[in-house]
Amino acid sequence: MTTLVDKSKVPWWVSNAIVPLVNLILALFVSGLFIFIAGENPIQAVQLIIYGSFGYIEGFAYTLYYATNFIFTGLAFAVAFHCRLFNIGGEGQAYLGGLGVFLIAFYFSFLPLPIVWLLAIAGSVLFGAAWAFIPAYLQAYRGSHVVITTIMFNFIASALMVYLLVDVIRDTNQMGPQTASIAKDLWFPMFKDITQLFGIKTRYSPLNISFFLAILASFFVWFLIWRTKWGYEMRAVGHNTRAAVYAGISPNRNIIIAMLVSGALAGMLGVNEILGVHHRVIVNFPAGYGFTGIAVALMGRNHPIGIFLGAFLFGILYQGGSEVTFDMPNISRYMFVAVQGVIILFSGALENLFRPQIESFFVKRLNKERTT
Amino acid sequence: MEFISDIVSLLSATLRISTPLVFAAMAGLFAERSGVIDFGLEGKMLAAAFVAATGSYFLGSPWLGLALAIVCCVTLSLLHGFASVTHKGDQVVSCVAINILMIGLTTALAAAWFGQEGLTPTLNDEQRFFEINLPFAEALRPIPFIGTIYSDIISGHYIFVYFAYILVPIVYWVVFKTSFGLRLRAVGENPSAVDTAGISVYGMRYKALMINGILVAFAGAYLSTAINANFFREMSAGRGYLALAALIFGKWHPKTALIACLLFGFTDALQIRLQGVALPIVGVIPVQFIQALPYILTVVLLAGFVGRAIAPRAIGQPYIKEG
Repeated sequence: MTTLVDKSKVPWWVSNAIVPLVNLILALFVSGLFIFIAGENPIQAVQLIIYGSFGYIEGFAYTLYYATNFIFTGLAFAVAFHCRLFNIGGEGQAYLGGLGVFLIAFYFSFLPLPIVWLLAIAGSVLFGAAWAFIPAYLQAYRGSHVVITTIMFNFIASALMVYLLVDVIRDTNQMGPQTASIAKDLWFPMFKDITQLFGIKTRYSPLNISFFLAILASFFVWFLIWRTKWGYEMRAVGHNTRAAVYAGISPNRNIIIAMLVSGALAGMLGVNEILGVHHRVIVNFPAGYGFTGIAVALMGRNHPIGIFLGAFLFGILYQGGSEVTFDMPNISRYMFVAVQGVIILFSGALENLFRPQIESFFVKRLNKERTT
Repeated sequence: MEFISDIVSLLSATLRISTPLVFAAMAGLFAERSGVIDFGLEGKMLAAAFVAATGSYFLGSPWLGLALAIVCCVTLSLLHGFASVTHKGDQVVSCVAINILMIGLTTALAAAWFGQEGLTPTLNDEQRFFEINLPFAEALRPIPFIGTIYSDIISGHYIFVYFAYILVPIVYWVVFKTSFGLRLRAVGENPSAVDTAGISVYGMRYKALMINGILVAFAGAYLSTAINANFFREMSAGRGYLALAALIFGKWHPKTALIACLLFGFTDALQIRLQGVALPIVGVIPVQFIQALPYILTVVLLAGFVGRAIAPRAIGQPYIKEG
């Protein structure tokens, strides 16, 4: 049995930086073992990852592009989690959010530019939130567990979108099931357009101004959760529902608000993907980013700064990972899905594995310093 | 007569499709009755499917594949226990980790070992299970009604199917008629009372998780070495979640959970039959909508239009021993 440490004596940086870092290192170590099992050299893989994500300017831009998506889905998971809800339906909410962006950008293209963009963002928010509403309502008023309902809504979203893409909004001039492209002047400015303004020529990368929207969303979440009455109520419900009820806070109302905000943030992934990259809706464009958000949020301890760092790390893993899959025939991109699982395990479920030891180690050292 | 043969094949398909759900639901029943949430059924089923197919391919016997799948699933269940029972980590997070880890790892390892992303080689006849005809199936067929039921619906399934339906009364007996079952249920309702009686709460939860691992392995092996002859990416297709929904809808009771599993199986069998068929009034329903039917049904059932489900009281809470 490990000795219990007085929580108030543990410095904040031990529990919020050292412990997560140790967990992350453990997770990456286990991931290295997987790469070894798959028959490749883990150290070489790390070198490839670092080269792929930092080695050249477009590679770095790709890293930030992936990070943009992970910030949205990470924030989405975190907001719900502050209310103790597991929204693992980010994938479906993002899918619908992209539909919202497309519909507005396609049918309201006659409006002046910044207004269409704002409306399209509003569309992603609205559609994403709407897709989260039914699971939210069922959790609040019928007690149906949100994990199962949101997963089911991912499957349903996938079926619905394939139906729409095949039978309803398909562009018949295209081979595959996809929509027509939105007007070119509505496309978000890309990283290469911006560097060109400064006279630097770079090749294509999917990074676009959605990155700034992700940063804005991070500020919004920080403000909402820690600086507003709504955020306070959500956290109160998440921490101790019964105490919240005695304080006059309605858990049901907050469950619904938290899920709507969460769905809206996941939906905004559609802005990056549709206005920024594809310019049309294609089958399965969320490509697992919704699930990655879970790992990002848990790693970042559900705080926007942590989520930014987590999203950046996953950006490195994704972009560097594609370099690895390119050079190492034995490593599939799914290896990095497994890495996500390992990170969720060590940063989430096993976060207390070494916490008591680490905390008591630092507390003892600090006490010693003080007495000598 | 075509109508009758339609119904016969629909019912036969229902039995076949419900089988993995029954195994997974019974597995989940043990974990959840002991107070441990198990959303990880999906990931474990996937892992079992991969291990069973791979093991059978290399070792030449589906039984050895099944044995390896059991070892794998018990290990994963123990990992879940290590995180959520011993270290009191969040049970749902632990399950989500296992699910995502298994989606990634099975696909990646298939790519590394067999050169195809998320696909294992097709098993030959010796490496997979086969349907078995029950005794006298041919002889009894001419008897009207009973003969049809026996020979065309009940006979001619994989051994897993029979095992699944025999399992349900066994689970009922273990959980409700033995002292082990009494302790199991008590641990899920009021762990401190069990602790006071001198029974280890952790020990009971770990035992429940081991049984859980064994049973869910059957579901996975059935998918990859019986109804299919290989593993493919994400082949569990949400069945772990459906099984859990059936368990919740069945109020954590084996009999009602079985009925819910059969309902899901029937919907799925119906969905396969309905594809491309023109129905009266509505015409041909889009195939995507029909495919989503089991998922929609899950949400509808969970919405509790047939009464609210009451979970074991201590579910999801780590047990913290006093003193």
